[in-house]
Amino acid sequence: MNGEDPAAAFRVEAGELLEQVEQGLLDLGHRLDDMGLVNAVFRGLHTLKGSGAMFGFDALAAFTHHCESAFDRVRKGDVRATPELVDVILSAGDHMRALVDGDAPAAEGQAILARLAAAVDAAAGGGASTPTVSTKRGWTLSFRLPPDAMANGTNPLALLDELRELGEATIVARVDDVPSLGECNPAHCLIGWDCTLIGDISKDAIEDVFLFVMDDMDITITPLTVEDAAPVAEAIVEEVIPTAEPVAANDAATRTARTQGENVRVPAERLDELMDRVGELVIAQSRLSQLAAHGHDLSLRSVSEEIERLTGEMRDTMMILRMVPVSTLFGRFRRLIHDLAIETGKAIELVTDGETTEVDKTVIERLFDPLVHIIRNSCDHGLETAEARLAAGKPASGVIRLSAHQAGGEVLITITDDGRGIDRERVRAKAEANGLIQPGQAMSDDELLGLIFHPGFSTAAQVTNLSGRGVGMDVVKRTIESLRGSIDVKSVDGRGSIITLRIPLTLAIIEGLLVRVGEGRYVIPLAAVEECLELSLEDDLRSRGRSLITLRDTLVPFVRLREMFATGTRPDPFQKIVVVATGRERVGLVVDQIVGNHQTVIKSLSAFHRGAASFSGATILGDGSVALILDVAQLVAMAQPQEEMLRAAG
Amino acid sequence: MPQDKMRASDGPTPDGLIAWNAHGELEVLIFDLGGETFALEATLVQEILDLLPETFIPGAPALVSHVVNFRGKIVPVADLRLAFGMEPTPPSADSRIVVIELELAGEATLLGLRTDHVHEVATLRQATSEAVPTVGIGWRRDHVRSLIRWKDDLVVLPDLAAILVPAMGAAATRQ
Repeated sequence: MNGEDPAAAFRVEAGELLEQVEQGLLDLGHRLDDMGLVNAVFRGLHTLKGSGAMFGFDALAAFTHHCESAFDRVRKGDVRATPELVDVILSAGDHMRALVDGDAPAAEGQAILARLAAAVDAAAGGGASTPTVSTKRGWTLSFRLPPDAMANGTNPLALLDELRELGEATIVARVDDVPSLGECNPAHCLIGWDCTLIGDISKDAIEDVFLFVMDDMDITITPLTVEDAAPVAEAIVEEVIPTAEPVAANDAATRTARTQGENVRVPAERLDELMDRVGELVIAQSRLSQLAAHGHDLSLRSVSEEIERLTGEMRDTMMILRMVPVSTLFGRFRRLIHDLAIETGKAIELVTDGETTEVDKTVIERLFDPLVHIIRNSCDHGLETAEARLAAGKPASGVIRLSAHQAGGEVLITITDDGRGIDRERVRAKAEANGLIQPGQAMSDDELLGLIFHPGFSTAAQVTNLSGRGVGMDVVKRTIESLRGSIDVKSVDGRGSIITLRIPLTLAIIEGLLVRVGEGRYVIPLAAVEECLELSLEDDLRSRGRSLITLRDTLVPFVRLREMFATGTRPDPFQKIVVVATGRERVGLVVDQIVGNHQTVIKSLSAFHRGAASFSGATILGDGSVALILDVAQLVAMAQPQEEMLRAAG
Repeated sequence: MPQDKMRASDGPTPDGLIAWNAHGELEVLIFDLGGETFALEATLVQEILDLLPETFIPGAPALVSHVVNFRGKIVPVADLRLAFGMEPTPPSADSRIVVIELELAGEATLLGLRTDHVHEVATLRQATSEAVPTVGIGWRRDHVRSLIRWKDDLVVLPDLAAILVPAMGAAATRQ
């Protein structure tokens, strides 16, 4: 990471810290007295403040300090955690993000701090009954053993244990006198300790602990006054948190520490670069194995096979590196639901499962916006108000369920709500009003529900802040299709809706069917291929009039790719039809030859060729030449009008 | 090469589009195309390739109708002959693809240029450059940044942005 801007590195770190804090807060919103969560949030804020100051983000450090102090009081039991407090800190988190990015309006910060103070005051009022540290009696002691104490047989740990037995003890090590490792004498005791002892303890009892070492050591024992009890103890604790955290450490802290130790942060571009290199290696390797197969050198052939195996493994490992669990995606929606609940005034619960399912990083990133749209729609249109739900005999709070699971090379993401379901009559009325369908036109339930993905369609009677602007579901559909995925809706009146997204696990590699059209070679994504058959001479001749074949009693339109791509070559005597499908629509693609299966590393096309709508990308074949990958959804869409024209004519 | 010099030209201000150095010189790669001699800033050039198998993209703009595999990247190949109204000629033993990297419409773009013959890297002088004449050339004036004397020849410094960006636009509007 040489030469990397430290401020940029901090921004990344801060983003993650804020993410953790936010997750902690959202959890805390449900379990207000979970001290583990309180501590986790406090630690996050504390670290953010510390590193912020270190990297020169002073405004951030100052602002975070206020939130940290407020949380510190919660941590000490001084103030109760309340939903209001959690809410204020959540919006404070947003402000901190803006501060990190350097575009935060100062007035907003002031407003949040004012709200924070109010929330803390309100919470403190209610928290008076909670026993606090400052009401207890106790002692503070500060001591340092003589350097030769351990050589003389004193075990400092035993002393500390004895102190703990006396009462509630907070012990913090003073390590300021420890020299650098080279100068350190392992036999000397170089550590001092500060200790706060709470409880009804006599001074003699404390002195008894140190009976055998008392003469040579430095020790100060002062009674703990009611006022300074908490500040002294906590000030000490706070001082050490960034370095050691020996006292406050709980399971969660050690767990995060452990996982952090095992992870390496790598910028995504470097992974992409590595991916490109591996792709090149795979291509070079397949050329090598072609050469080796044609030659007669056995040792060359064995090396080539070895390399083939290694590159295969390397590519698989590379794929795994790019996979991230969907929990990184789902986690981001908890905040959305929290905000939506406030905006709509509905009680909404988010349930997630299958978070450990892993998907390619690029896929995850591109799924975020579509899912936001779907969830907003479900909350806004799907879920009813608490009163309406109770009237319908449902629990007051609506449930949005996000789940993910893997099925073959695809991941299925479902968004389920238990709301009122899609109002089919309104969908129909709206579509008729917009001229999307003829009044009274007969259509299947699937087709009717599919209308919600039509551009410009929106059933919301009122345009709300959340959805209903008529942009959304069609954009969702387009995005999902650009990921080579599909989207499906099911809905039961009064029971809710289920939206299922099927997405390929990775965008980087697909299984494809390699075909030849004229002199060009093309790849058809295997997932879209239904079957391959020969174009009979009969169909071929008859199709001058209509390009349709009968496939198990259904008519399937077909497209001659040779004509579409204007190859200018003579057709092969035995042309083949590859039947491809997206959703319910099927179309046959007439090709000259089916070459075979081909695992394909997908490369994007340049800006000059993105307009060539029939292709979703390109790939490099074993001989180093380029083959284009057909965009099946586009081809099917292009074939449809043709079919409709034929229907109208027929 | 400062990329802002490569923006599409709005009018006949050729010198403003050329990054002459302090001594009024410019290092260029000189090549032949359709019987004319062309020059391009040497700093743009990534590599000069022998002919590779090219793949035709149905539906792509004619100017950039093929792609090649350049070290595992799919790189479009442009034929500048079309921008200068020249007849396409079949490749010969001297034909090369010059791979350049330049910023087009805000996007760093790798691009192969077909050439009939690549000569050498040479230094052109600002003093010998001439504004594009209003008569006497059959090309669109905005496709040329300048004409510059080199040896006994007059070399054309094409305006790649002006030539290529419309092809990108064409692609975008067809979507």
